Amino acid sequence: MTAQNGRRRFKHEVIDATPGGEQLTLCLQCGTCGGSCPSGADMDHTPRRIFAMIDADMKDEVLSSNTPWFCVSCYYCSVRCPQEIPITDLMYTLKQMAIREGRYEQRRASDFSETFIGYVESYGRAFEMGLATRYHLFHNPMKMVGMATGMGLSLLQKGRMSLTPERINNIEQLQAILNKAKQLSAGGA
Amino acid sequence: MTANANGSYAYYPGCSLTKNAAAYDVSSRVIARALGFELNELTDWNCCGASEYFSLNQLPAYALVARNLALTASEGAKQVVAPCSLCYVNLYKTDKYMGDHADLNEKVNAALAAGKLAYRAGDVKVRHLLDVVVNDVGFDNVAAAVKKPLYNLRVAPYYGCLIVRPRTGFDDVEYPTTMDHLMEVLGATVVDFPLKAECCGGHMTQISDDVALELIRRLLHNATEYEADAIVTVCPMCQLNLDAYQDQVNRRFGTRFKMPILYFTQVMGLAFGMEPKAVAIGKEIVDARPALAKVTAEPPVQPKKKRRDKSALPMPSTEREG
Repeated sequence: MTAQNGRRRFKHEVIDATPGGEQLTLCLQCGTCGGSCPSGADMDHTPRRIFAMIDADMKDEVLSSNTPWFCVSCYYCSVRCPQEIPITDLMYTLKQMAIREGRYEQRRASDFSETFIGYVESYGRAFEMGLATRYHLFHNPMKMVGMATGMGLSLLQKGRMSLTPERINNIEQLQAILNKAKQLSAGGA
Repeated sequence: MTANANGSYAYYPGCSLTKNAAAYDVSSRVIARALGFELNELTDWNCCGASEYFSLNQLPAYALVARNLALTASEGAKQVVAPCSLCYVNLYKTDKYMGDHADLNEKVNAALAAGKLAYRAGDVKVRHLLDVVVNDVGFDNVAAAVKKPLYNLRVAPYYGCLIVRPRTGFDDVEYPTTMDHLMEVLGATVVDFPLKAECCGGHMTQISDDVALELIRRLLHNATEYEADAIVTVCPMCQLNLDAYQDQVNRRFGTRFKMPILYFTQVMGLAFGMEPKAVAIGKEIVDARPALAKVTAEPPVQPKKKRRDKSALPMPSTEREG
């Protein structure tokens, strides 16, 4: 294997795991993405810099940064990118890789996604009340107090939060589909 | 009307509309009836995974969404309508990506096969409810249904992100205008709202207050600057963030926003002469009644044009052409 291939190994992993990811090789480092990002100011690195780091094979630094987790999925960068790089989808890929490799150290964002999906996999529907209680009990018990007295209470009073989850009828079918997808996903993206 | 031959659509409400955004569900169904098209709820639909599943594992995320597309096709429906922008974009994107990327299509179908389902990209057209109202029903038919025009109600049409991005094609990705026109047809006064397609923070309220509350504050500030009486939205996430977190924004920044956040379908129902309760007014946390009380029976008086001062320096005309 040439040094060049070795150096770009991480970049190709990212590309292979993303539909349309090959556009990443066309990045001009123009910075339109970072300039368009509503949460760019709070990211460790802007998307532009993340792409330069991917190019430099800085896998550890990329996967341990908060950048993909602070992506709000607004797609401004994607529609403005002159090279049509699917930036939002690349951020999803980076999140997925960070979870698999256990790199991201502030677990708040990934735990939120995992708790949310735990309910979807069990019931076929999202369950906001369960999500809020389970996630906040673990990460931010003080926020639970606020939830119970403030916003959460208002939502309950307005009948906008269920106390029990809804379940779809054919949950077995959904679970069979998801299990198969996970199997396929483990054997290559 | 250019809807399906029978004027009916498969309806994908999504999880938010079953509870937190029930007002959106109720009002969507009643305005559909008033406008003469049918929303047939998809049987046994499942969650679209929001933005969470794609963060964990993309292939099951696409498969989760694809089950809904496969169910729609198996019911013989050609179009599925989602009022929630996040559901809409997930359905739209999954259909599009399955068509664009053969490898993804093959794997998603292999997963669907485990549940005895299949889906061929392009078989179902994914539509947002606003798109259906504007392009299938059309402004003329909406205008014909208006019984109580919302004169003097100043609204800021808020599109957020996912109804227009990534490129879904029915409106501009950065400065959409379809809902502006719709609100004018209802008699409301549309204020300029430069941040109309900016992000509400999405799930960041759960992850970082610093990011989320500032994004929400900017939107409330912008609509307040332009003296809107209410923000009108097309997405349950936007509604929840702007409505339920408004109090936290006020406490954090020392602001006094009291901006009601309504769904466009609620506003349509009111203009169609429905009782506020019929379109679930009252479910919002920031009370909309003071704003709705501003509606008058007479249209607003247009300010008289000032005569040009002939001694002033020449300036380009600000009058619209045509």
